[in-house]
Amino acid sequence: MTPIDPLNPPLSGTRADLRPEHIRDAVIRLAGNSQDGIQSAGAMLARLAGRSAQDVMTYMTIPSTISGGASLFQVRVGTGEVLSPGDEADFLVAFYQHSYDENIGFLRQGGVLLYDSDHVEPDTEDKRFVHVGIPITGLTVEALGGTAKDKGKNIFVLGLLAKIFDLDVEKLKRLLNEKFGGKDESVLSTALMAFQAGYAYPVGNVLSTRYKFEPSEDTGGISQVTMDGNQALAYGLIAAGVRYGAAYPITPWTTVMEVLRAELPKYGGLFVQCEDEIGAVSMALGFSYSGNLAITGSSGPGISLKTEAIGWATMAEMPLIIVNVQRGGPSTGLPTNVEQSDLNQAIFGGHGDSPRVVLAPSTVEDCFYIALEAARIARSYSTPVFILSDASLATRIQAFDEPDLKNLVVEFRPNLTPREPGFQPYPLESLTQHAPPGTRMLGGVYPTVTGLEHDEMGHPTGSPRLHAAMTAKRRKKLQKLAAEIPAPEVYGESEGEALIVGWGSTYGPIHEAVKTARASGESLSALHLRHLNPLPNGLEKIFAKFRRIIVVEMNDQGLYGFGQLATILRARYCDPKISCLTKTNGLTFRVKEILEGVLK
Amino acid sequence: MTTASPIPDKLTKKDLTADHPTWCPGCGDFAVLSSFYKMLERRQLPHEAIVTLAGIGCSSRFPYFVNTHGGHFIHGRAVPLASGVSLARPDLHVFLFGGDGDAFSIGGNHLEHGARKNINLTYVIMDNFVYGLTKKQTSPTSPVGFKSKTDPNGAVDQPVNPMKKLVTAGATFVARSHATQVNHMISMMERAMDHPGFSVVEILSECVEFFPGAFDAGNPRKGGAFQLIDEKKFDGSPEDELRHDTTDEVAAYQLASLPFPGCFGVFYESDRPTKNALESLWVEKTQAKLGDTSALTLLQKTFDRMK
Repeated sequence: MTPIDPLNPPLSGTRADLRPEHIRDAVIRLAGNSQDGIQSAGAMLARLAGRSAQDVMTYMTIPSTISGGASLFQVRVGTGEVLSPGDEADFLVAFYQHSYDENIGFLRQGGVLLYDSDHVEPDTEDKRFVHVGIPITGLTVEALGGTAKDKGKNIFVLGLLAKIFDLDVEKLKRLLNEKFGGKDESVLSTALMAFQAGYAYPVGNVLSTRYKFEPSEDTGGISQVTMDGNQALAYGLIAAGVRYGAAYPITPWTTVMEVLRAELPKYGGLFVQCEDEIGAVSMALGFSYSGNLAITGSSGPGISLKTEAIGWATMAEMPLIIVNVQRGGPSTGLPTNVEQSDLNQAIFGGHGDSPRVVLAPSTVEDCFYIALEAARIARSYSTPVFILSDASLATRIQAFDEPDLKNLVVEFRPNLTPREPGFQPYPLESLTQHAPPGTRMLGGVYPTVTGLEHDEMGHPTGSPRLHAAMTAKRRKKLQKLAAEIPAPEVYGESEGEALIVGWGSTYGPIHEAVKTARASGESLSALHLRHLNPLPNGLEKIFAKFRRIIVVEMNDQGLYGFGQLATILRARYCDPKISCLTKTNGLTFRVKEILEGVLK
Repeated sequence: MTTASPIPDKLTKKDLTADHPTWCPGCGDFAVLSSFYKMLERRQLPHEAIVTLAGIGCSSRFPYFVNTHGGHFIHGRAVPLASGVSLARPDLHVFLFGGDGDAFSIGGNHLEHGARKNINLTYVIMDNFVYGLTKKQTSPTSPVGFKSKTDPNGAVDQPVNPMKKLVTAGATFVARSHATQVNHMISMMERAMDHPGFSVVEILSECVEFFPGAFDAGNPRKGGAFQLIDEKKFDGSPEDELRHDTTDEVAAYQLASLPFPGCFGVFYESDRPTKNALESLWVEKTQAKLGDTSALTLLQKTFDRMK
């Protein structure tokens, strides 16, 4: 017998045993426990789709416990636009009985249940589904040399799926190489063996169809990059020339700071893990004061701690980017679930009149671009800027067109040009642009930045006239910004029966709902806001063209029956036709829920 | 203020003076301010490279009275603010001023971590044993029995011992002075400034309004004793045996245990590397490995791996 090279095993198992069927879209749900590595298997599928110029979107839940507990990862791969991770799964891979029990309800009629027959006993009488039982645990243990451990089941399943979906094996092996190479060589060879065992399994004996994704339309030579929302945010900040930051770890924010801590030194910058949230925002303000626009971030509870210092940033007119990766609240709340309930906190969460800018990315791709927009605004208007992301964007993996870095990357240095005599840090008639320390003041007078109400030189004052004038100065710069940002485009017809207004991560399901409704002849459009404070000018003209405005958001309807953005829009436009659709179960909107909620 | 001459050849007190201090007449902080001017006059640092920062309190008004780049931050958080400035800008001299409330109460955790991280900055703590700005409440350094508006029967909580706290936290230059001893203050501030790392000078600075006479025991002109720390010279002489080794943590702790008013001078110093140096080293090594690469190229490479 010829010895087998473990790093390059021959591929046996022909595909002729499966009948091919061309598909454009598949939702695959992997359900297991949190230590099974289903996230990494799912992420590899997502990355493969991205490299094959297919659209992909993922959805995951992990328990907030340290180890153990049910975990799921859903990947939707499509030829063409994929807007949401899918309401129902076409394929369910169940590792355990509980995975089956809890997730079978999400499998569509006619869908395929792929289960580990070593652990799961499904109701095979249920003829709604195709049952495919494979002893995944036993085969993995056997393939990896008979150890009692079942690590590697995830990669076995990846091999199995590669066979069923006729995936590009070479590309997948390259991904395995990237993921496991560099470590101990045996780790990579084990992974490849597990993959090979899954791929070689004669799945044709139990499943009669193999599925093949239709090739993608020509992307015009633009390749795709695949990453999650927190990575996109971090790299967006780097592209924006942000080189300094400080934070404290908290789920689901943490991976942003992990990326920045590792990446910024390459760019000559620094990210510091601080003793607490207040220390972190204060250090970030120190970076900003030194002339380097800085970033701090957290999730709800941590943002609460930072609020006093953010008020200082408004008063001192210090630029700062504050990322809030929202989770369910209040208090410790639902650490690993999603909610959009920190909008009020972002806009109003400060004492005194403290206007600040609030932006929200709509997709993983937009996490990258919103970071550039936040940095631009923070620098031009010398103001704190919030980015409201959320738990679903943080971990969602998406493939998107590679950004045109040549035209986007910003190189930024503190402006230490000597300032002319008469320089004022807080001029009443123009925007503040600070002179960072190290700047020579040619008039010999050095500026003070301060949280006390101040005169134009930054010296404290209790003057009633100055407090009124300075309060107006801080407000007016946001009004100036409102005039500059364009109103977003309406998705669908620009007039009609109903307009959904959304913000943040609900972009996908809202747009898919509109697409579905319009296909069945309904008059439904959508408007998605990226700038939440200030709102862009001109929204009232868009609203005027619709009979109903429904604000779809993941927060509570509140004491008076309206979600957080709905309340703001009603206050802003005094328009009684503005209503809302809210939800607070910690899960993302399903397309069906939106359709049922808005088309009544 | 507006009469300051443009780009002076020599930095004088006149150039460094800004608003007239708002402190009460007789406040110890005036002497700290004039000592700071004198030290700056003596050292002739580039005017634009001096940064004066503070939190909240009477003493934290300091930046308004000094004509340098300055910032007045929120209560207790000036250490991390100043740390950000120091870490991002090695070209600057970062001076931080504040009181006992800022340093040992609301900002206690930040003081600990600034010290532990050994951030390169100079922190002058004007300790008056009372909250003066809010008109006489108990401070973290108020002695047991001190009667204030929040402790009408006398304070019951054990006060913070600043020297012990700073030594255990890992500050790498820890000194103590008295606002009536101008030359001593100047020399302590100067040594603190020259020390690379987290250098702190606690200055007993009397609040004449709410705790008059608090520090008379350390003021010879009021019948007290200003007992200086006799630092070891390492000259092998028998008298040197008895002198204080400023690099000895345990000896510093023992000195800090002396009954009030204790002694004055340098309690502890160490040449432990600063976070500034350690982080810069990491940046240099990382960049050296990458070669001369632009941000665009670096980011493009990262994105290529994500394709």
